[in-house]
Amino acid sequence: MKIGIAGSLESNDCLVTIKESETLSIKVQSIVDAFYHDQIVAFIESVLADVNHDKVDVTVIDKGALNYTIKARLLTALHRMEVSHA
Amino acid sequence: MKNNLGREIFEQVKPFASSDAFNQESRRLIAKKTTEESVVFLKSIEEAFDLLKIKNGMTISFHHHLRNGDKVINLVAETLKKRGIKDITIAASSLFPNNAPLVDLIKDQTITGIVTNYINGPIAKAIGEGYLKNPLIMDTHGGRARAIESGDLKIDIAFIATPAVDRLGNGSGKFGPSACGTIGYVIPDLMYAKKVVLMTDYMTEHIVEPELASEYVDYVVMIDKIGDSEGIVSGTTKVTRDPVGRKIARDTVRVLDALHLIKDGFSMQTGAGGVSLAVVEYVKNIMIQSEIKARFASGGITGQYVDMLENNLVDTLYDVQCFDLKAARSYRENRRHIAISASEYGNPFEIKPIVNDLDFVILGATEVDLDFNVNVTTDSLGQIIGGSGGHSDTAHGAKVTMIVTNLLKARLPIIKEKVTCVTTPGEDIDIIVTERGIAINPLRTDLIDTLSKTKLPIVTIEDLMKTAHHIAGVPNHYELSHQPIGYVRYRDGSIIDTLYKIK
Amino acid sequence: MHRSYLFIPGNHPAMLQNADIFGADAIIFDLEDAVSINEKDSARQLIKAFFETLQKPKFSIYVRINGLNSSLGSIDLNMVMNEIVEGIVLPKATVSDIKMLSKLLDTFENARRIKKKTVIIPIIETAKAVFEIGQIAQLPRVSALLLGAEDLTGDMEIERTKQGIEIEYPRAKIAFACKAFEIEAIDTPFTDVTDDEGLEKDALHAKSLGMNAKCAIHPNQIEIINKTFTPTMVAIDEALRIVKADEEAQKVHRGVFSLNGKMVDKPVVDRAKKLLIKAKHFGMVEDIDEK
Repeated sequence: MKIGIAGSLESNDCLVTIKESETLSIKVQSIVDAFYHDQIVAFIESVLADVNHDKVDVTVIDKGALNYTIKARLLTALHRMEVSHA
Repeated sequence: MKNNLGREIFEQVKPFASSDAFNQESRRLIAKKTTEESVVFLKSIEEAFDLLKIKNGMTISFHHHLRNGDKVINLVAETLKKRGIKDITIAASSLFPNNAPLVDLIKDQTITGIVTNYINGPIAKAIGEGYLKNPLIMDTHGGRARAIESGDLKIDIAFIATPAVDRLGNGSGKFGPSACGTIGYVIPDLMYAKKVVLMTDYMTEHIVEPELASEYVDYVVMIDKIGDSEGIVSGTTKVTRDPVGRKIARDTVRVLDALHLIKDGFSMQTGAGGVSLAVVEYVKNIMIQSEIKARFASGGITGQYVDMLENNLVDTLYDVQCFDLKAARSYRENRRHIAISASEYGNPFEIKPIVNDLDFVILGATEVDLDFNVNVTTDSLGQIIGGSGGHSDTAHGAKVTMIVTNLLKARLPIIKEKVTCVTTPGEDIDIIVTERGIAINPLRTDLIDTLSKTKLPIVTIEDLMKTAHHIAGVPNHYELSHQPIGYVRYRDGSIIDTLYKIK
Repeated sequence: MHRSYLFIPGNHPAMLQNADIFGADAIIFDLEDAVSINEKDSARQLIKAFFETLQKPKFSIYVRINGLNSSLGSIDLNMVMNEIVEGIVLPKATVSDIKMLSKLLDTFENARRIKKKTVIIPIIETAKAVFEIGQIAQLPRVSALLLGAEDLTGDMEIERTKQGIEIEYPRAKIAFACKAFEIEAIDTPFTDVTDDEGLEKDALHAKSLGMNAKCAIHPNQIEIINKTFTPTMVAIDEALRIVKADEEAQKVHRGVFSLNGKMVDKPVVDRAKKLLIKAKHFGMVEDIDEK
């Protein structure tokens, strides 16, 4: 299975794991879940839509990353998944 | 029922009106205790329990000067449990993570009430989860003194961890293996508790000028160890190297400078947080450069202030609690390092509490709202993580009250429309300094006039919130549970806000 | 005109987030030494995404790319080239590398319709670069030279000391070359980030040799660097007096005049005017009549 991981668990960062999948699945666990969980999930959806990826399983462990960090980690993980060997 | 700040509060309590409403009231004092018999020295806590006839429903008090190294609270609690005593109220000036063994006693209702000024760690968590039977009461340092002297908080027995006791039963924080310096927070307990027990691990022949006079003392109990000296030292007494914190500290000092608050004969108080310590460092540099000498610094005292005292940059330290061993040493050796009681420090009904004489105070915040109300009691989910301590007391007393805080902490904006819990009312908060701008309370037109003429980044509090939202996004509204578990009692005895069970 | 250049590691979200609050005149987002070889891709994405959020930043944006001796450098460029990037900081610069980079920049600027010329700041950190310095300073796009003393002393196999006697020659040489070709001379970072006094001493010394800016590797260094490279109020007052006295003298057609017992002639007046332009740029004085 193809898999890509990017980011870290340091503060203001997030750890993104992306796997190839039949359907789109997004799981977010954040230290700011109470205030931003839905926004983070919606943001991830929009980033994936922009790059036309809808068959991936995304897991994000978030330590308070801002949107641009989440986006960068997602794109890096996607790229790493694509170049990873099956 | 709602109080003047629009906060929902318990029925049948006195609602908060304003920070100076106490001026309309007169001071209430219950009779001070005196012991006619001489002090009785005991060899074990068991003996003390037998003689004190401790029974269900009593209120037992403690102080927190041994901080996270205290062993007395846990020892007394353990004995309560062993004897099957129930329904005890613990009145401790603060509770720290090392008091974790109390959690089980809360759960089995050995302890059913807690009155304190500051609480964090496992006990705070358990209370947040709803395990404490009666409502938690959170006082201020000055307010606790008022509650005790007025009889609002009646103490049956005060167990006072005392670093040194002499043959007559006088006590002091100056000497012994657990010397912690001043023990100002326990003075009201000493004078007004029905029975007073000094718990010590160090006996000496004679103490000159004891902080705890034997005339109030009933028993002295000798135990192995009252504290761990390592835990006594507060963990935060280091000047921050964090660049954001230092930037906030620098801007804070620019504000002080612009307001001409650093001038000969000034007075100040700061906390022991990293940013506050950096502020003191910068203030000190200005004082050296411009040959300025301060009249006094007050509150919890750190080694940094001791350096200033010893270098003659400040005339007097009014110390209610020593934050490190250097402060404790200085208090023992220096006549200009003076102990004050919680009441002399911040009781609104004292004629002239020290806080009223402060030119400025630098304080922290976990949240600030658009009305400048400050929360240092809970986090944004309502979990208790601290408490006023001297926050509300100094904020009211000082001529200028400044809050230093990051605008964002882990994505969360610190400026909110409404704080989760009000610790200190906005009318007493003058200036908020963040890394992305400085907001001034519109009530303080004098400060706005002066500071808007400078190059300092002065913005409105609404702008600060907008900036935070621009960076992090607008946070979703988080609805607290509707199950009250306690309340925040303002220094005058009125109720300023309610604490809720966490979800 | 910049006084301070703050290095920010390219893969560090917490530092990126607050890079703008310390008053650095320029920020160098680092893709080279501060980023491990396995995280170059992450860092590029992060910087790119961060740049997309910036609107009218109050600081100049530079990127230190990886050297052009591997493919990393051009991949870096491909990711970060954007209108908002003022310049590229090139490590281990040589004349031929700078020429190659300039060509790459031509290509990207054309392809991406970037209207302004992206400048190049070569890092002088090899003996060869010190040797070629006159040539480097004259190359098109080169807007400043940056001394990299750690690598340079490594290349020279000499000890790097806090006093910095070993870099006296390259410092002076860079200052002269930059003055000669009217570009900025940026001093090497001071690496002990807890020694504020040492930093101030080091910066003052660099300034006395003719450097007009300094790198910071920690935000806590910015304040001291900015202060050092900003004209002092005493110097500004003096310059204002000289310029004013000169204006009076001009009215009566006198070339040389005396002020406070000292002879003032054209070089002195020119120096005062330069200082005032700098002072004005950094907001130290408000209305100066520029002539």
